[in-house]
Amino acid sequence: MATEKKLYTVSVYTENNIGLLNRISAIFQRRHINIESLNISVSEIKGVSRFTILIHMSEDQIKKVLGQIEKQVEVIKAYYHTDDDTIYQESCLFKIKSDLLFEERQIQNIIKESNAHIVTVNKEFFVLEKSGRRAELETLHKALSVFGIMQFVRSARIAVTKDELKITEMLNAFKNQ
Amino acid sequence: METLTATQKQYLEQPKERISGSEAIVRCLLAEGVNVLYGYPGGAIMPVYDELYKYEDKINHVLTRHEQCAAHAAQGYARISGKVGVAIATSGPGATNLVTGIADAQIDSTPIVCITGQVPSHLLGSDAFQETDIVGISTPVTKWNHQVTKATQIPEIIARAFYIAKSGRPGPVLIDITKDAQFEQFDFQYKKCTGVRSYVPVPKTDPSSISDAAALINSAKKPLIIWGQGIILSKAEAELQELVEKAGIPAAWTIMGASALPTSHPLNVGMVGMHGNYAPNVLTNDCDVLIAIGMRFDDRVTGKLDEYATQAKIIHLEIDPAEVDKNIKTDVAVLGDAKQNLIELLPQVDANTHPEWLQKFKDLYEIEYKKVIKNDLHPTKEGLTMGEVLKEINIQTKGEAAIVSDVGQHQMIACRYADFNVTKSNITSGGLGTMGFALPAAIGAKMAVPEREVVAVIGDGGYQMTIQELGTIFQNKLAVKIVVLNNEFLGMVRQWQQLFFEKRYASTEMVNPNFVAIAKGYYIEAKKVTKREDLAATVKEMIDSDGPYFLEVCVEKEGNVFPMVPSGASVSDIRLE
Repeated sequence: MATEKKLYTVSVYTENNIGLLNRISAIFQRRHINIESLNISVSEIKGVSRFTILIHMSEDQIKKVLGQIEKQVEVIKAYYHTDDDTIYQESCLFKIKSDLLFEERQIQNIIKESNAHIVTVNKEFFVLEKSGRRAELETLHKALSVFGIMQFVRSARIAVTKDELKITEMLNAFKNQ
Repeated sequence: METLTATQKQYLEQPKERISGSEAIVRCLLAEGVNVLYGYPGGAIMPVYDELYKYEDKINHVLTRHEQCAAHAAQGYARISGKVGVAIATSGPGATNLVTGIADAQIDSTPIVCITGQVPSHLLGSDAFQETDIVGISTPVTKWNHQVTKATQIPEIIARAFYIAKSGRPGPVLIDITKDAQFEQFDFQYKKCTGVRSYVPVPKTDPSSISDAAALINSAKKPLIIWGQGIILSKAEAELQELVEKAGIPAAWTIMGASALPTSHPLNVGMVGMHGNYAPNVLTNDCDVLIAIGMRFDDRVTGKLDEYATQAKIIHLEIDPAEVDKNIKTDVAVLGDAKQNLIELLPQVDANTHPEWLQKFKDLYEIEYKKVIKNDLHPTKEGLTMGEVLKEINIQTKGEAAIVSDVGQHQMIACRYADFNVTKSNITSGGLGTMGFALPAAIGAKMAVPEREVVAVIGDGGYQMTIQELGTIFQNKLAVKIVVLNNEFLGMVRQWQQLFFEKRYASTEMVNPNFVAIAKGYYIEAKKVTKREDLAATVKEMIDSDGPYFLEVCVEKEGNVFPMVPSGASVSDIRLE
């Protein structure tokens, strides 16, 4: 039995309809499952949305939850993946006082070494953006905390799978029925 | 393919015509073959009621006395007719009152479409008078729901609502329509929905799963079938009977599956679950192959999961992929429509008999008869039992009535002892356990099959949750027979208090009104029976009467329902006393 809890990424392809977020999040809420992160965006298919949900749970549990998600009328298909199955990223923004950028040489080194990039600079503050794995983001956060961060925000995980997902074929099959 | 009525043809795929959204709603219903709907008017749905007034020769709107009962009536109608039931209500409290019925329809897979009025779209989110987010509220208890804010969306959304409610595993759909969309004029044309690209109503069957199932069945020495409502929903009663008879397999039913195979059938071994029959519960943990058809291993059926049929190979014929392996791990899952898959399975199954295995069921039945059934049906003690009332109903209706039961002790007794000789004869709230279900559901059931005898069997508690529907019965002259089994207690809760809470009868004793006077207040013929010698004649009088009839039977106050699988126990640890 796959009862050990792990981090899974769930990809859900859906119609782009109002209320679907509510319907999908209710499935987790009802089972007292905390969503670690959630991203909704367009997908490679016109008019089809893609939910990327990060969940900490057992494989047995996730299969059942996936069944409940796929059962929703406006869900086209749902998949779950381990970290090894996907290429994934998160990104984050730091808002930091501009003075520090010019006065603290070390900050410039941190920026260079971390492959972060400066989005904008003005008199009061600059904004730094970094994409990557969670650990890289956390390392940067830790390094910059020492100097003081005015604002910080991290995005949900986004992920693509190494294997092909045959959504387009599924939709074409419906069209040709 | 369904055959279209003349009225349906009149409104389907006609040339475009400029009409209001509200008239379009009524025409959509007519095109879907709806000739009766249940509801309650109010501000945000008034334009639709104005059209219902104009179309009253074509569509019968039944005014229930509470919106919850409109939903239950639509359920009763749907359950017995196999068609989609329709309920309609206004915004705000009208809409929220529907929710219990919607939740009941969701868990019992009943196709209903609920239409609610909503405040005008420019007021959405402003906390307007009678504004409530019914789409948000109903999301977890609907198969699908949608808010319409433009008249042009009405035909497509209503077509989709009916398609989704009825197809695949059926369920409730709610459509919320703003008042401005009801007033708006547009070019109306109605086409039926035949598919939704993101929705697979019936999953594809893997043919090898059928041959795997057949091989397991053919190798079984002690096979047991447990069927659920899936048989009734896919109209697979004949195929089930053929399988049972050909392979000589004892077959038991869940509460929702009751009546798909006649009670009198020699291979019908009774009900499974908490208050089911002794033999099928005990022998679930003895069979070598368990064939589950159109049932979902509800906790009231399985008892303690890790001690449920662990010795058996499990075959699960199921339309909803989310049900497979949800509670019980299957060895062979046959996805798809039950009827279609039974048709495929039948030729691959060997003719067989299992006389020794069947004898075990007979032996255990004898034990249950001596310990329980005999005392329920042929009591020698003074107080009337619920069981003997059911026995009289069986006699007077020849086991051909549709029994609409509420929730509690009387429900278990009704399901255990009613003779179900005709399919779709057990209308009850199985999954949600909604007290107050029976009286309104009986209204819908009777209207769907006026030629059939419809007997509502209700406890004194549940009856008082929707007693106002006597008004609907009276106004519409519906010949519903109402039997209240009065023990002056919330009997099932009291039984649990007796068995598990050391007889602390917290808030279960009921001081009841004069039920006969209340029925008579609604001009319904009514009688009360307190003595055994009056029972048979009064039940006969009730069944013989042409109109609605109310019968109160005062039964023993502290009677218990046995057998019983205590909650959390294994099915084979079922108690007989």
